[in-house]
Amino acid sequence: MAVFGARRRTDDFVSPVHIYEPYVVGLPPLRPYLRALWSRRQFAFEMSRTTLRSQHFDTAFGQLWLVLNPLMLGVVYFLLVDILGRGRGNRGADFLAHLLGALFAYHFVSTSLSEGAKSVTRGGRLILNTAFPRLLLPIASVLTALQRFLPTLVVYAAVHVVAGVPIGFTLLWTIPILVLLTVFAAGVAMLFAVLQVYFRDMKSFLPYLLRVWLYLSPVLYHTNQVPVRLKHVISLNPLYPLLGAWSQALAGQRPSLVFLVEGTAWAAAAIVVGGLFFLSREREFAVRL
Amino acid sequence: MSSLSASDGTGAGAGAGAVDVAVKVQRVSVRYRTSYEKKPTFKTALLRLGRRQRLVREIEALKGVSFEVTHGTVLGIVGANGAGKSTLVRTVAGILPPTEGRVEVHGRVSTLLALGIGFNRELSGRENVVLGGLAAGLGRDEIEERYQEISEFAELEDVMELPMSTYSSGMYSRLGFSVAVHMDPDILMIDEALATGDARFKKKSFEKMKQLCGEARTILLVSHALGSIQELCTEAVWIHAGELKLQDDPETVVAAYTRFLGIGDTDTALEDV
Repeated sequence: MAVFGARRRTDDFVSPVHIYEPYVVGLPPLRPYLRALWSRRQFAFEMSRTTLRSQHFDTAFGQLWLVLNPLMLGVVYFLLVDILGRGRGNRGADFLAHLLGALFAYHFVSTSLSEGAKSVTRGGRLILNTAFPRLLLPIASVLTALQRFLPTLVVYAAVHVVAGVPIGFTLLWTIPILVLLTVFAAGVAMLFAVLQVYFRDMKSFLPYLLRVWLYLSPVLYHTNQVPVRLKHVISLNPLYPLLGAWSQALAGQRPSLVFLVEGTAWAAAAIVVGGLFFLSREREFAVRL
Repeated sequence: MSSLSASDGTGAGAGAGAVDVAVKVQRVSVRYRTSYEKKPTFKTALLRLGRRQRLVREIEALKGVSFEVTHGTVLGIVGANGAGKSTLVRTVAGILPPTEGRVEVHGRVSTLLALGIGFNRELSGRENVVLGGLAAGLGRDEIEERYQEISEFAELEDVMELPMSTYSSGMYSRLGFSVAVHMDPDILMIDEALATGDARFKKKSFEKMKQLCGEARTILLVSHALGSIQELCTEAVWIHAGELKLQDDPETVVAAYTRFLGIGDTDTALEDV
């Protein structure tokens, strides 16, 4: 695709040349595409910033809401699990820490997904008028979700300290795991961004999917609490290893190698499948919106 | 068709012979599939399953179109509704890549197609301008440089910080036009968007167009206002049913086109709309 000279045009001898040719196997030439993607990264940052601003999350109360909302939800789930799981010893402060840590991370993924699903259809006019790597739109959504996620980590940190969960070097594991979660979220966001173009009711169907996905993920329970007969099914969930490793790292354990390997595989699969699917459909966006 | 292509298929074809070619369209065909439904949903897709109804049709918008535009040409594109004019401009702009053939564009492109700017109504005019510019590949400093000029020309300085949902349709198109012409493009593509704002602004945008034409820019102008085509353009093409029917000077093309339409040189056809 087009490689725009983003730099200032100083003389006419270096004017950029764009060549548009049919796509091979439905995909644009990947290397120039990725180069164009990188050269326009500013767009993704600006897009996520303005999205946050339009949702008023740049104000003090907006930030407070960003933190309060998942916190309240966490408390509700904590009480719920307490009532349902009477007598099974889930009720310690360290469980609350686990619940909040996993819930906030889950919310990051689910916000990426729901924002990503809207990204292409919302950018309709821009897509109709300007040639640019469309992949920037779902990427901007993930950046938005990431910026909404980071303030909740402050709340988690407070609960972590108060609950007396150990603080050590294993916490550093959260960084690579967060990278894996981000890559995974981006891949799935790209997938849903395309689906939304073809099925506009996807966004009303998505909340149910996200709710079920939450219950299937090790958020309201620990990975080691899953009954053996369900383990095979539940461990097929990509978020099972990813959130499992995340919770282990937060709880001061070394994340299990199986989780890390599986999580990496899921993240890689999501970004490759989601990305290629997006690229293969990208040309059609201009006539489908 | 003079085939000058020095380096086919290998990226930057800045061959010595092609220095003053701005746009080169070679045997371009564009096909795409689109849905009859305005808003396709999963629900209707499911309900339709039993009925074997196909709501997707393939459209052959362009069929083997070839032409060249040299730098400094103002090319008018005429044709009936649905002839493929907009598809042609979109293809040259890189928005809808061709199914067959090859398009070569030398220079920075700015587009003002049917809908123009203001893609997100919740965002302010300023944010839309910045995002549009960044998407088009401009740097922040370049947008900042032009921003003042853009809002002044559109006469919207007071409302640039307001969400675009508060704008009137005239304000929308004024801003769109202003952004497109101030991007300092080598090649400007305008699709039926000269009808911007009230009579005064229309005159102003027409003057601006004339000025740009005088600055030896390359302009591709799609319009049904045959009068504007004759006045502004140095060359014209007539697209009919996805094929290039004629490429000549504007008078000849407009004359042939109006003869084809069977309307003659009436005032309505030439009117600046």
